[in-house]
Amino acid sequence: MATAIEFENISKQYRLGLVSTRTLSHDLKRWWTINILNREDPYLKIGETNDRSTKGESEYVWALRNIDFKVEQGDVVGIIGKNGAGKSTLLKLLSKVTGPTTGVIRARGRIGSLLEVGTGFHGEMTGRENIFLNGAILGMTKTEISRKLDEIVDFSGCERYIDTPVKRYSSGMTVRLGFAVAAFLDPEILVVDEVLAVGDAEFQKKAIGKMQDVSKGEGRTVLFVSHNMTSIKSLCHTGVLLQNGMVKEIGPIEPIVAHYLRGDSAIENHKQWDNPELKGGGFELLEIGVCKHGDNWTTIMRMDDDIDIVIKYRLTIPFNSFWLTMHLKNEQGEKMFSTSGGGRCYETRHDKGVYEQVCHIPANFLNWGSYVIDLMAITADGGIHHLIGAHGDDIISFSVESKEKSIGGWMYKEPGNITPTFDYSESKLS
Amino acid sequence: MNETQAWTTIIKPKDSLWSIDLKELWRYRDLNSLFVKRNIITQYKQTILGPLWFVIQPILTVVMYMVVFGGIAGIATDGIPQPLFYLAGTCLWHYFSDCLNRTSNTFVTNSGLFGKVYFPRLIVPISNVISNLLRFGIQLCLFAVVYIVYAISGCTAHMNWYALLFPVLVVMLAGLSLGFGVLISSLTTKYRDLQILFSFILQLWMYATPIVYPLSLVKGKMAAGFDLYFLMHLNPVTPVLEAFKYGVLGAGEFIGWGWLAYSFLFMIVLLLLGILVFNKTQKSFMDTV
Repeated sequence: MATAIEFENISKQYRLGLVSTRTLSHDLKRWWTINILNREDPYLKIGETNDRSTKGESEYVWALRNIDFKVEQGDVVGIIGKNGAGKSTLLKLLSKVTGPTTGVIRARGRIGSLLEVGTGFHGEMTGRENIFLNGAILGMTKTEISRKLDEIVDFSGCERYIDTPVKRYSSGMTVRLGFAVAAFLDPEILVVDEVLAVGDAEFQKKAIGKMQDVSKGEGRTVLFVSHNMTSIKSLCHTGVLLQNGMVKEIGPIEPIVAHYLRGDSAIENHKQWDNPELKGGGFELLEIGVCKHGDNWTTIMRMDDDIDIVIKYRLTIPFNSFWLTMHLKNEQGEKMFSTSGGGRCYETRHDKGVYEQVCHIPANFLNWGSYVIDLMAITADGGIHHLIGAHGDDIISFSVESKEKSIGGWMYKEPGNITPTFDYSESKLS
Repeated sequence: MNETQAWTTIIKPKDSLWSIDLKELWRYRDLNSLFVKRNIITQYKQTILGPLWFVIQPILTVVMYMVVFGGIAGIATDGIPQPLFYLAGTCLWHYFSDCLNRTSNTFVTNSGLFGKVYFPRLIVPISNVISNLLRFGIQLCLFAVVYIVYAISGCTAHMNWYALLFPVLVVMLAGLSLGFGVLISSLTTKYRDLQILFSFILQLWMYATPIVYPLSLVKGKMAAGFDLYFLMHLNPVTPVLEAFKYGVLGAGEFIGWGWLAYSFLFMIVLLLLGILVFNKTQKSFMDTV
């Protein structure tokens, strides 16, 4: 397949602080060093990353740094990253709203951009007039719009109000009308920024459906920015993870989304403390780890491996009853289930000392993906349960890889987080 | 589709200075006409008098001029009835200054729109100049009505062949206001003081243009050792106004082809310069506005 868009060493620099960017003195200094002294631009410093939360040395920041990737024709690319990672800047460059500081973007075909719905709507004009105006702003011709007018009105669901000034519309209706116009735009490359996050549930479903049609049926290249991972995953094939203005990762969407959601904390499936961090009330966590049964911490765990969760702890006082409870969370941070050794350890007396508990998860129970564990130590006093010490939130994370698959079978991830094997029986009745 | 197929869009930090994409401008002509429509529709929405304001404004202005300049100051009007003389100047000047005012803050007033979607930015000032023609046209009708009333009552105004220059004069006014407008709008994105300075200059500019007085009045007058009569000719709007007043009213004397050519050339150079600067600004203005 041919390349539809090519980003070559794209960087974009902004100046922090003042609202108006360059001052006359900076302009003069820049002009002096570049043109008279023949040196490099004094304000294009190399080597500083753009981290929103830390204070930087220079008042110039790189919103984007050395972006270098290609997008195949017909691909649907999801661009994800934290606030300020450079997602919108990238789309702005692509839609020619502003120019890059360095580098080149090359594209094949018309680029239609949708950074906002209802751009240029004028409150005093009717819905119909605004459809024409908005369509023309997005690059359609009058004849194109007239041809699609009925479809647009129909899709927006605002037929009754179509000859009413837009200022009388509810905000939801304005958005519907705006998206409806954009949905019938047909450039070869479509650039979409977070526009599906608006409107009611029914309309969102409609909008996502339309986006899917656009990308699947009509084979257009789409670049899509959103914080909604569900819509990203359902729409996109390829993911680009941006971090501090740089491409951190690029590849199939599923693992990219997983990595993004896991955040900066890399998978850490084994932790050991000399000075326990999680302690209190007589409980100290010494070590926790997740590994393939009978193997060491470094081995990759696969779906069809037995998995052990090993917890080593010290009790500095005796307990009449004591047990550990774990909450397993998936990539999205949703709690999947809770498990505890309570069944066996419940109300058993624990003396002072060091203990090791192993939780055994059978093979083929967890689907592939990454998981996070919350740990808590609990005691019961006269039937009332108490949490001992602090909550061990996100105490450890681990990832399970997919098992080997035969070519030709279902190559993708099964839905859901667990893939339990049940006993089935089947008999031929007639 | 294969790799050898040429790229259709190339986005670079800086285009060459001369890369004005006229084809693209033409492709967006529908947007231009829709902007014109929008400007006209929305200008007087929710007003009671509506487009009647197009007529009320010049009438009140002319009445004011008659009181202040004609009455109190007693400035002559080349033997032309005062209402006709002032109305001719006011109509043309208002078209020029309205266009200039609207185009000179193109970037600032449209930053919301420009920040979200790309289209040739030049469409906005061009559509402003075109939509203002409607207002200009209505005011010219008013002028025509007043003219006819005076003609019937047998006044001294005489139309002559130079009146045929009128379309050229309108183009020159439009070109001058567009040129100045885009130039100023490009500069104001960076240094906002220029906008304040400029609206002030525009007020003074009116008095440097023969609107409330005839150019013949300045003949032979000196200011700080300079020939005021000559200096006034350097104002590119002066030849346009003078040619109009001479052609339509027979006021004063013909300004001369030389000065008209000067004004026309001024317009061409200004337009080119303005569009060049505008074109350069539109790439980066979102970061500076």
